[in-house]
Amino acid sequence: MIPEIGSFALIIALCLSVMLGTIPLVGAQRGNVLWMNLARPLAAGIFVFLGVALVILAYAFMTDDFSVQFVANHSNTLLPSRYKFTAVWGGHEGSFLLWTFMLAGWMLAVGIFSKSMPVDFVARVLGVLGLLATAYILFMLATSNPFDRIVPLPPSDGADLNSALQDIGFIVHPPTLYMGYVGFSVVFAFAIAALLSGRLDAAWARWSRPWANVAWAILTIGIALGSWWAYYELGWGGWWAWDPVENPPLITWLFGTALIHSLAVTEKRGVFKSWTVMLAILAFAASLLGTFITRSGLLTSVHAFASDPDRGFFILGILGLAIGGSLLLFAFRAPMMKADFGFSMVSREIALLINNVVLVVAAASVFLGTLFPMVYQALTDDLISIGPPYFNAIFVPLMMLLLVALGIGPICRWKRTSTEYLIKQLGKVAIASVAVGVVIPLVVLLGISIPATITMILAAWIVLTMLKDLRNKVANKPTLGAGLRALPVSYYGMQAAHFGVVILMIGAALTSYFSFEKSVLLFDGESTQLGNYEFTLAGSEAVNGPNYVGEEAEIIVARNSVEFTRLYPQRRVYLASGTPSTEMAIDAGFLRDLFVTLGEQKESGAWSMTLYVKPFIRWVWLGAIFMAFGASIAAADKRYRRLRSKSEARNKTADAQATTLQPATNG
Amino acid sequence: MKPQRKKRLGIILFIAAGLSVAVGLTLFALSQNIDLFYTPTQVAQGEVNPGQRIRIGGMVKEGSVLSAQDSLRVEFAATDYAHDVPIHYEGILPDLFREGQGVVVEGSINSAGVFQASRVLAKHDENYMSPEVKAALDASGASSANHQLQPES
Repeated sequence: MIPEIGSFALIIALCLSVMLGTIPLVGAQRGNVLWMNLARPLAAGIFVFLGVALVILAYAFMTDDFSVQFVANHSNTLLPSRYKFTAVWGGHEGSFLLWTFMLAGWMLAVGIFSKSMPVDFVARVLGVLGLLATAYILFMLATSNPFDRIVPLPPSDGADLNSALQDIGFIVHPPTLYMGYVGFSVVFAFAIAALLSGRLDAAWARWSRPWANVAWAILTIGIALGSWWAYYELGWGGWWAWDPVENPPLITWLFGTALIHSLAVTEKRGVFKSWTVMLAILAFAASLLGTFITRSGLLTSVHAFASDPDRGFFILGILGLAIGGSLLLFAFRAPMMKADFGFSMVSREIALLINNVVLVVAAASVFLGTLFPMVYQALTDDLISIGPPYFNAIFVPLMMLLLVALGIGPICRWKRTSTEYLIKQLGKVAIASVAVGVVIPLVVLLGISIPATITMILAAWIVLTMLKDLRNKVANKPTLGAGLRALPVSYYGMQAAHFGVVILMIGAALTSYFSFEKSVLLFDGESTQLGNYEFTLAGSEAVNGPNYVGEEAEIIVARNSVEFTRLYPQRRVYLASGTPSTEMAIDAGFLRDLFVTLGEQKESGAWSMTLYVKPFIRWVWLGAIFMAFGASIAAADKRYRRLRSKSEARNKTADAQATTLQPATNG
Repeated sequence: MKPQRKKRLGIILFIAAGLSVAVGLTLFALSQNIDLFYTPTQVAQGEVNPGQRIRIGGMVKEGSVLSAQDSLRVEFAATDYAHDVPIHYEGILPDLFREGQGVVVEGSINSAGVFQASRVLAKHDENYMSPEVKAALDASGASSANHQLQPES
């Protein structure tokens, strides 16, 4: 009975979504305030009923209701209860419910934090999101209802959750990633609302910016969590595999990164308007395409797509309608978008244009590499795969170009910067970065290493230009403290995010070039040397968990013949599914990780295992944290709040004299 | 030309130049990094040149797995139930590697006709058949004969 209430809640949410997708939009077109004002309560209603559906699905998991197909496929009585709860998003149906719930959460947030925007604009934004929610819930009910029952004979026990998913990473990664992904729907809805109303001005960009920043920050964390989880759970020794499932979020992220920079130009300078709208559409399209391609199996094979024609066609329909419709609207409205100001060939606008071109090209090449095998198969019937070398060959030079521009951009002035000024500002900095970049690797490695030198030059370049910019900004203030306090929060946000880029780059480059790994066969008491470390197998014993049996090896790690840690990798077999799984052991550190994955025990008693020394790997995720933090505090800049408090004040004294809102521009 | 137009032209030329360099680089990189996929039958018929990097998909032949007791060397045969390819691998096999299960190997064939694998992939779901393995079995007609296509459970 209870699962049927879940289905019922979905149907009510669908009805509310249909209303939200029509009434406020029509109201905004006709100027009917009552209809427009329905948007917020309808959004809240959708949130509540999708929340009810989610809670009921979780309840079905917690109570082992295996008459529900989705529960029977993804849970088991032996599964620890925290994993029963998270198994809600352990498969297609449930994760899509979570995805849709995240959309409703964003809708609720827009409803709450939009007091400063005109009511017709809010109605249009929520109306567009309502149309999306309608499509998603319809898709869920028609092709992938998580509450479908097994009739007449439910199994006595479930098939169990995939063992790779029984992990803390799985608890946090999917919700974060979805929240970031879906956040770009909000920015898309802002863009569509602006196109609909024909009001593409600086105010629109200012309203969109905090949302774009927050969505981007959450997506950054979501991707970083996925990378971290894959690193320690799959145990292949890397943090990014250019896997077809990893690439769609990255494509969205690259478009999103271009978008938050382009939005800055549109807000501050009133240029790049149509380009910004285009990026908002592209980022959203990438998020939609990515998630649906992954779900439909389109990506690994066209056959898998054909095997589930209903789901596939539905997906294509949503994609076609959403993207085709918005591009059509864009084509009609784009001629209306005129730039307010011009700018010269050397200016911050141009630096940000370079940023945008590089990021969009990077996104396009990842897209191409991801979809190329499918296209190739359709054309020639031959199966191929595109390996990481392709992606590295394209991505690394593009990112290096981006990093060079990253140093110049913030120093440049809006509208016009003289070349002499730039040379004066950056000439010494460039020389200093090359010097630092050459010297540090020489001193540390006592040898010449091209990758380390390039990495260090780029890192020094960005950090030094950052400091130079900071010095320029505080130069004409009486004291350093006063100068630093006078800078807007969004400036610190930008610097923190850019600093994150440096950290990520150092981590990515150094771990790629200076990692060691080795697969060995060790008998009890036998040792092997890797880098500066000596690994000794001390022994192994049986370990049993709640839903698995396994063996654990004890490995002593020594440096300069002094023991400093012990690692305990495991090899498990999960009881319900019979799936084997390795649990790697990691000694994590700021400057390096050591880790061991256990292979199998031979009849002779020896264990096969792979040992890794990975310098600076943590910096990759540390950099992502800095980037997300920077974007978040930039979104919290009082520039966005000031407008709100002003309009609140105006609402309170509605009869006071009409004041025109001056957009607050600083920094 | 008006300065406004001139600048716009400059921007368009800049974007066009950037794009064409990017497209050129991308196509070059793509052409260098395509791993073609072959079935055991195609390999047995000599369609693959020694030394060429390829992928082979098939089933691990029952009873073919030999693993050394004193090193990480493993030998097995990948089969599509029409032809076998002997495979040598030095390393740790993935968790889901099992006789009678699908496998995809990456590497190249040597002059003796032995495939030296640099990577062995087995999928993370027992019920899932990788499209490459399925294609290999379809091609040899084995899947219609119901060989091992049922998940063992």
